[in-house]
Amino acid sequence: MKIGAPREVFEGEARVAMTPDSAVQLQKLGHTCAIESGAGAKAGFSDAAYAAVGVEVLPDAQALFDAADVVVKVRGPEMSEAGLLRPGQTLISFFWPAQNAELLEACKARGATVVAMDMVPRISRAQKMDALSSMANIAGYRAVIEAGSNFGRFFTGQVTAAGKVPPAKVLVVGAGVAGLAAIGTATSLGAIVHAFDVRPEVSEQIESMGANFVFLEFAEAQDGAATGGYAAPSSPEFREAQLAKFRELAPEMDIVITTALIPGRPAPKLWTADMVALMKPGSVVVDLAAERGGNCDLTVPDQKIVSDNGVTVVGYTDYPSRMAAQASTLYSNNIRHMMTDLTPKKDGVIDHNMGDDVIRGATVTHAGEITFPPPPPKVAAIAAQKPKPKAVELTPVEKRAAEVAAFKAQTRSQVGMLVIGGGLILLAGLYAPSSFMSHFIVFVLSVYVGVQVIWNVSHSLHTPLMAVTNAISSIIILGALMQIGSGNWLVVVLAALAVFMAGINIFGGFMVTRRMLAMFQKS
Amino acid sequence: MEFGFTTAAYVVAAVLFIQSLGGLSGQESAKRAVWYGIAGMALAVAATLYGPGAGNWLISLAMIAAGGAIGWVVAQRVQMTEMPQLVAAMHSLVGLAAVFIGFNTHIEMTSVAAMTAEARAALTGFAGVIAHKSGVEISILRVETFLGVFIGAVTFTGSVIAFGKLAGKVDGKAKKLPGGHMLNAGAALVSVVLLVVYLQTGSTAALLVMTLAAFFIGYHLIMGIGGADMPVVVSMLNSYSGWAAAAIGFSLSNDLLIVVGALVGSSGAILSYIMCKAMNRSFISVILGGFGGTTGPAMEIAGEQIAIDTEGVAAALNDADSIIIIPGYGMAVAQAQQSVSELVRKLRAKGKNVRFAIHPVAGRLPGHMNVLLAEAKVPYDIVLEMDEINEDFPTTDVAIVIGSNDIVNPAAQEDPNSPIAGMPVLECWKAKQVFVSKRGQGTGYSGIENPLFYKENTRMFYGDAKKSIDALLPMID
Repeated sequence: MKIGAPREVFEGEARVAMTPDSAVQLQKLGHTCAIESGAGAKAGFSDAAYAAVGVEVLPDAQALFDAADVVVKVRGPEMSEAGLLRPGQTLISFFWPAQNAELLEACKARGATVVAMDMVPRISRAQKMDALSSMANIAGYRAVIEAGSNFGRFFTGQVTAAGKVPPAKVLVVGAGVAGLAAIGTATSLGAIVHAFDVRPEVSEQIESMGANFVFLEFAEAQDGAATGGYAAPSSPEFREAQLAKFRELAPEMDIVITTALIPGRPAPKLWTADMVALMKPGSVVVDLAAERGGNCDLTVPDQKIVSDNGVTVVGYTDYPSRMAAQASTLYSNNIRHMMTDLTPKKDGVIDHNMGDDVIRGATVTHAGEITFPPPPPKVAAIAAQKPKPKAVELTPVEKRAAEVAAFKAQTRSQVGMLVIGGGLILLAGLYAPSSFMSHFIVFVLSVYVGVQVIWNVSHSLHTPLMAVTNAISSIIILGALMQIGSGNWLVVVLAALAVFMAGINIFGGFMVTRRMLAMFQKS
Repeated sequence: MEFGFTTAAYVVAAVLFIQSLGGLSGQESAKRAVWYGIAGMALAVAATLYGPGAGNWLISLAMIAAGGAIGWVVAQRVQMTEMPQLVAAMHSLVGLAAVFIGFNTHIEMTSVAAMTAEARAALTGFAGVIAHKSGVEISILRVETFLGVFIGAVTFTGSVIAFGKLAGKVDGKAKKLPGGHMLNAGAALVSVVLLVVYLQTGSTAALLVMTLAAFFIGYHLIMGIGGADMPVVVSMLNSYSGWAAAAIGFSLSNDLLIVVGALVGSSGAILSYIMCKAMNRSFISVILGGFGGTTGPAMEIAGEQIAIDTEGVAAALNDADSIIIIPGYGMAVAQAQQSVSELVRKLRAKGKNVRFAIHPVAGRLPGHMNVLLAEAKVPYDIVLEMDEINEDFPTTDVAIVIGSNDIVNPAAQEDPNSPIAGMPVLECWKAKQVFVSKRGQGTGYSGIENPLFYKENTRMFYGDAKKSIDALLPMID
């Protein structure tokens, strides 16, 4: 099959869908390649370079569309280009079918098969053809470069003989591919980078790139996995909390790069006019979402404006095109991978297998029918976040109920112990003489006091506690002293021995306790 | 008047003793509290000497002086590492004193019983008290005396054996005579029978035989308990000595003895409970000796023990910002606490965050490590309990294990079949790097293999703890 890349007709578009390198790879799949004369010129690839690797150079778009079985493009076709398509021909390009229903209809009417590169499902197998990511990567990098060229200071902090330079502070809003690329670029230039995203699970990725994750205390958190790794619209409360955080950060930030996009919706307004007003003169806002209306209130698509307080707001929509050579290389590789999947036997014959998740997802018209939107892919895009083993958050009512239940159980056990203990004591009282009972009361109360007191003893003082209890347990000396006055010589001897031993204990115990305690010192 | 005065003095003394124990809730208040205890004891002894029943002042004072002198000297000379032995030895003295006093009571009882009514009326002092007791009261007195002697006797031999084990004079391994616990149970049963006999007849022989049986129980019980369980044993004996004093207090109708005995008894009981809890074992299983049977094969340990030399440890310590030291009985054995303290002083002088993590059962006595570190002038505010510090290990650069084993064994958490499964342990393996200072490749007291030594971030620093750390000192800069 012949694969042809026409010159991009969109104003200012410098990229091309086929490079000499990718043409070589495509030829290995059994295809032949063609290019419209001058298609690669703006990206730095001359016609001669194409011709050198065996690519047929055709004079104009009409000739190319006639010759090629597969047309590869960067931008979606203009209506004029769509008119050139013929039945059975395949077009591979960005298409944005949801926004371009009319164009879709036109392509269907021409009977062509359209593969939209922006519809490639986000599954691991399809990453090699994920042109959105490769373009976003470039956009993120370029955003920092644009910011740098409009920012009058260094990114990195320096202490020089001519004075001290503080490092630039960069805030990246939205940590998708573009955001992460921007973080990486800005950190490697030496800036202090903060990054924010509504999906808390990306905090790890943010930190891995060297930025600080701006943490937003908010109960409701999004699980990006449910939406194929993209952010979903957030609740008004969350938005308010988020904006409040940004207002707090705005005065400190030198450079703000916003990359927040929600699939199929206008870009959320996150950097409002008052935040721009809070920023220092000379600061830069780079809005990567300008094409979809912009994250910043002041953004004018395709233009660079300067606000009243001297903040530059960059609203370009063609960052990848501004790095046409790099963007073309990556994009043409994505195209080439797509072709590899479409040519499973590598024999130059396209097998448009609608049973394949990736091909099915990206195909928007096929065999005279609109096949958009595709059914959900069979394979889940990203493993759903594991449910965190969180303690079940009890409602105040449940908490109260649990407390009451615990209190009741405690009451029951305490009352039970008291009843049993009291009963036993009463029983003893029935039989024992009063002289015994009076001592018994003292005993029980002492045990009670002992338990209460000892629980409060600090762990580190357990050894002194043992030594001191040892010393005072030799209170048994009193018994011996009471008996030593006896008339019986045996009693006197035994009592004297007891006094002697208790004496050792009293002095030894107290002295050693004192010695130990004196050693405990605070630093 | 005299009796009233003595009682009043006893009340004051009791309050002082309670204050003395209550003051141990903090390091600073404890220093004051010990004086309360001393004052209480002095007051109690003085009041008793002055009060009714006392005689032979000369002998009393001479004996107190002689005993006190010995106690004083011992207290001054004892090494802090020998504290467990000292405590055990002192328990045995209380136990033996209780036995003697119990026997005295018995002797007085028999002699009083043999007297005529007139002679009884003329009796003064302790004998007089006995003489005025009714029949039921005499029976109760016999039970009390019997109990006092029994507990005292068990405490005495038990403490002597515990002393021997702690001092290394008796083999520390758990040992039982053939028959095991049946012997103990038999001896206890004999004692119960003898109690009934003694109640009926008041025979001296019954009391003597029971004393021998109790001596045997104390000996055999403690022989059957391994060295690692010594903290529980010592606390338990502490408790017994208290109960013995309380029982004697009952037999002598002395409230102060009862109060103090109960205080000490409950104190020891609580300590035993805390120690058992720290090992996740029931009190019964400790007393019955040995670890419970395992329920399955122990988890396979993968990896090998990797040794490291002094230079490596020194380099890691110089690089580390936060260090946690986990001392164990091995540090006490090697007398390494001074060297450790010096190491800590040097590291702290360099601005590093150095702390100690103390497991409740580290050492052979509750709080043993705290006392050793205090002796080596380690400030007590960097010595932390397990619960305070366990969460900090993941943010710690280096954990140094000095002479501890079972208390840092990850098998307690990872291997449900391990004999120590469920025992709370110091999670030192969560630190970035762990050094284990150890004499050789042997296992701990429980005889369990320790997977910590095989972990990837663990390095074995073989050698005597004191020598290893002394070698390390000059390299810390």
